[in-house]
Amino acid sequence: MKQTTFYNIHKQLGAKIVEFAGFEMPVQYSGIIDEHKTVRSSVGIFDVSHMGEFEIRGKDALALVQKVTTNDASKLIDGKVQYSSMCYPDGGIVDDLLVYKFENHFMLVVNAANLNKDFDWIKSNIGSMDVQLIDKSDDISLLAVQGPKSLVTLQKLTGANLNAMPYYTFVHGNLAGFDMLISRTGYTGELGFELYFEGTVTISEKIWNAIMNAGKEYGIKPIGLGARDTLRLEMGMCLYGNDIDQTTNPLEAGLGWVTKLDKGDFIGRDVLLKVKEAGVKRKLIGFTIDADKAFPRHGYEIRSNGSAVGHVTSGTVSPILDKGIGMGYVDVSCAQVGTTLGIVIRNKEIKAQVEKTPFIKK
Amino acid sequence: MTFPENLKYTKDHEWIRVEGDTGVVGITEYAQGELGDVVFVELPQIHKQVKQGESFGTIEAVKAVSDLYSPLSGEVIEANAELEKAPELVNKDPYGKGWIMKLKISATNELDALLDVKTYRELIGK
Repeated sequence: MKQTTFYNIHKQLGAKIVEFAGFEMPVQYSGIIDEHKTVRSSVGIFDVSHMGEFEIRGKDALALVQKVTTNDASKLIDGKVQYSSMCYPDGGIVDDLLVYKFENHFMLVVNAANLNKDFDWIKSNIGSMDVQLIDKSDDISLLAVQGPKSLVTLQKLTGANLNAMPYYTFVHGNLAGFDMLISRTGYTGELGFELYFEGTVTISEKIWNAIMNAGKEYGIKPIGLGARDTLRLEMGMCLYGNDIDQTTNPLEAGLGWVTKLDKGDFIGRDVLLKVKEAGVKRKLIGFTIDADKAFPRHGYEIRSNGSAVGHVTSGTVSPILDKGIGMGYVDVSCAQVGTTLGIVIRNKEIKAQVEKTPFIKK
Repeated sequence: MTFPENLKYTKDHEWIRVEGDTGVVGITEYAQGELGDVVFVELPQIHKQVKQGESFGTIEAVKAVSDLYSPLSGEVIEANAELEKAPELVNKDPYGKGWIMKLKISATNELDALLDVKTYRELIGK
């Protein structure tokens, strides 16, 4: 089992540790609801060093990124980040990812659980291209600092003008005395930053402690994977393995906005073009449940007028709305916002409404 | 983590406190920690007959939902209605205000199948 450079800190803080994607990761510290509300109201710090980072260098770097991802990486300028997906030839999703554009290379940030699969997949598609594909995952530590007070917390520690950074951009900067990549990104829907750096346990702990001290006056707390999941679900963001996988395509998953069918050829394009022409048969929808104490879970059946129309892919209690929220695939005929559906919870059909995501309006 | 000496435990992390022919049932401190924030406890119907090891309700945390298993056979004579308003009592006071149900025990010989503190601690490695 792997550990991140923050493992000792998690143990000292009394985090509950679970195995996730081959890492011993903190799932919670003070409790999911408390951590969740801390990020929505103030600021939280997440160790997400388990995520994978690949560098793609060489003359044909852009050509390779364009071939394996669905979004149009040719639109990226230096310092910009792009959300994207990778598909198999049949349109099924290999992974969702972030693409970072540097002066002479790209960095792809992929899900930890898919790291080896993604690396092999990209490598198998290099062919005769002039590129170097480098797995940097073991060298890079990654902290997410998220919440309305994230900017004022981090600004104390860096000369980089964080306020001038638009969403989905990054800069090289010195923060807490160490060089790193400061990225205005996150998986919570809040104002937030992700910090990539190469460093030992000692350096990592110095950075963590500096951020905790800077955020002290705002009540900063460490946040585990449990709240990371509820935070992203309140925003209707997909989680690979739940809401998207090799059996779903980006168009039905609502990722049409990162699937640029007119950018030129890419893996999966032919099938996705046909899917678009024919129209998707099912759609990933968000839904809420008004009934008291009824919470949807992954795998529960979704019904319309008594018959099964799909299944729940992610579900939880929203700590902010204090009711059941979820996502799932349903037949397009019942995917309209406002449609009443039934979710089968412990053999009882409970009423749910299709709702536009994010569930939390900002 | 505390595990009172006067309780009997199950492999599924419930406890029972036997008082004459009745038993009070809840989940252990270890179990509430593993579950995290409890948001809902589905309580059993009064007069429901339950068998040892059988599911008598469910407990829902933010992360996941789990079944509750009865430590002994018997009839449900009370359920902790406080948990409807305040399910978090299971987290805050698992052996006290966070109790879940009271049972009229039908077969005391089943007690032999339950774990004492020492065995339960060994099971969870605490």
